[in-house]
Amino acid sequence: MMDIAASLWDTGFAPFSEFAFMRRALVATLALSLSAAPLGVFLTLRRMSLLGDALSHAVLPGVAMGFMLSGLSLTAMALGGVLAGMLVAGIAGLVTRFTALKEDASLAAIYLVALALGVMLISGHGTQLDLLHILFGSALGVDTAGLLMVASVATLSVLLLAAMYRGLVLESFDPVFLGAAGRRGWLWQQGFLMLVVINLVAGFQTLGTLMAVGLMMLPAVSARLWHDTLPAQLVNASVQAMLSSVAGLLLSYHLDTPSGPTIIGCAGALYFTSLLVAPGGWLPRWWTTTHRVA
Amino acid sequence: MVAGMRAPAVTLNNLTVSYRQHPALHHLSGNFAGGSLTAVVGPNGAGKSTLLKSIAGLLPLPGGALLTPIPRNRMAYLPQLAEIDRSFPIDVRDCVLLGHWGTSGAWGAVTPAMRQGVDAALQAVGLQGFGYRNVGSLSSGQLQRVLFARVLVQDAELILLDEPFNAVDSKTTAALLALVQQWHGQQRTIIAVLHDDTLVRQHFPQTVLLARELVGWGPTDQTLTEPNLRRARAMAEAWDEAAERCDIDTPTPPLNAQKVAT
Repeated sequence: MMDIAASLWDTGFAPFSEFAFMRRALVATLALSLSAAPLGVFLTLRRMSLLGDALSHAVLPGVAMGFMLSGLSLTAMALGGVLAGMLVAGIAGLVTRFTALKEDASLAAIYLVALALGVMLISGHGTQLDLLHILFGSALGVDTAGLLMVASVATLSVLLLAAMYRGLVLESFDPVFLGAAGRRGWLWQQGFLMLVVINLVAGFQTLGTLMAVGLMMLPAVSARLWHDTLPAQLVNASVQAMLSSVAGLLLSYHLDTPSGPTIIGCAGALYFTSLLVAPGGWLPRWWTTTHRVA
Repeated sequence: MVAGMRAPAVTLNNLTVSYRQHPALHHLSGNFAGGSLTAVVGPNGAGKSTLLKSIAGLLPLPGGALLTPIPRNRMAYLPQLAEIDRSFPIDVRDCVLLGHWGTSGAWGAVTPAMRQGVDAALQAVGLQGFGYRNVGSLSSGQLQRVLFARVLVQDAELILLDEPFNAVDSKTTAALLALVQQWHGQQRTIIAVLHDDTLVRQHFPQTVLLARELVGWGPTDQTLTEPNLRRARAMAEAWDEAAERCDIDTPTPPLNAQKVAT
C-alpha cells in the first residue's frame, strides 16, 4: 500500500515539488488553460476554428521585430507580438467592413503577408534555433517575469470575456439582430480577436506560437461534443486543457520529450477519447437505440 | 388618408440603393404613417428585402434620404430564417431574452419581470414548455415563433418583418397573424414583406408594390390591381448589364396620398 502511494508521489507530485521550473510551467499552463480554452469554444462556434492558427502566424513578425530590437527579451517580443497580431486583426476587420471580402478571406490574405515578413526578418537576423524556440516554445524555460505576464493576461482575459459574454453570444448567434440594434456590432468581434491575440502571445513563450493554438482549440473542439449548453462547454474546455497540461508536463518530464508538443498531444488524446465516448461522439450512436414516445 | 393619422414613422425621399451600381431600389418616395400596417409586395428581386434592411439601418447609407423619428432600439427587425446560426448552443428562453438587448445592452441586469415577460411571450406564440429546449432542436416554424416571441419582448414602435410566414404551417400563420393584428391595435407601425396576395388583401390595409421602382403605394385594394401587378412583373424582368447611368435627381412625387410632415 505504502509502495503504491510512494510511487504515485514519485510520478505525479515529486517533479513539481522538487523543481521550481516545473512548478512555474504548471502554473503558467494552468492559467493559459483557464483563459485560452473558452476563447477556443467561441472560435469554433463562430466557425473560425482555423482563425487561431492564422493569428498565431500573424504574431510572428512582431515577435521577430522585438527579438531584433532587444534580443531574447520577453517583454519586447511579447509587445511586438501583441502589436503585430492586433494590427493584422484590425486591418482584416477594416477590409471586411469596407470591401466585398468576407472575414476569413481578408484575414487569410493579411496573415500570409505578415507570416512572410516574419520569416524574412527572423532568417535575416537570427539562427534556426531562435525560430524553433519561437514556433515551439519551452514550458520548462518560463521565468518569473514570463509567469507574471501569463498570469496577468489570463486574469485580464477571463475578466474581459465575462464582461463581453452577452455581446459575444449575440454577435455569434444572430449578428443581423445585433446589427439592427446599432452600428457598433463590429466592436465585439474586434474586442474578441484582441483577446485571442493576447492569449496567443502569452502562450508563445510557454508553448510556442504554434502549440499555443493547440491548447486553445483542441479542448474547445472536444468540449462541444460533451454538452449542449454554452456555459458547460466553456467549463469543460478549461478542465480538459488543465488535465492536458498536468498530464503533458508529467509525461514530458518522465519521457524527456519537449513539453509543448507533449501537452498538445495529451489534449489530442482527450479529443480522440471524446470523439468515441462523448454524447455527441461516435459510440453513443450505437448504444442508444431506444427512443421516447414523445 | 384618414384625418387623425399620426406623423409618418418612416419617410422615404428619393431613396436609391444600389449593388455594384445596379439599383435594387430606384428613386422611392413616400411615407409609412405611424401606426400603419403595410405589406411590401413584388416579384423576386424587386428590392423588398433591401427596403426593409435600409429602414433597419443594415445597409451603407443609401442615396436620397430615409428619415425616421424612431431610435434604433425601438425598432424590431425580423430577417429571413436563413440568417440565424441554428447550431448555436443557446436555449429558447435566452434567445427570447435577447430581445431586451436594445434597452438593457451588454451589461444591464436581467430582472425577474423580464423572465416573466419571456414566459408570457412564449405562451403567446404557443411555445410554453419549450423554454429550455435548444434553438437547434426546433423546426423552422417553431423557430419562427420563437423569433416572434423575441419581437414581442422587444416592445418596438416599428416592426419590420421579412417574409415572416415562410416555412410556417397555416395554423401557425393564423396565430402569428393574430399577433400582428394585436400589434396593429397597439398603434405600432408594421411593415411586412409578403408573397401571398390573398393574405395581404385579407389582413393588410396598406400595400407597397415594388419592382425596384415604386409601382403603387396606398390602400391594398387600390394597389394590388391586375394592371399594377402586370406592370410590376414586366419591370422586374428588365435587367440590362450595360444600362446607362441614371441622371434623375428630382424626386418623383410620393404615390401615397398622405403629405410628408414638415
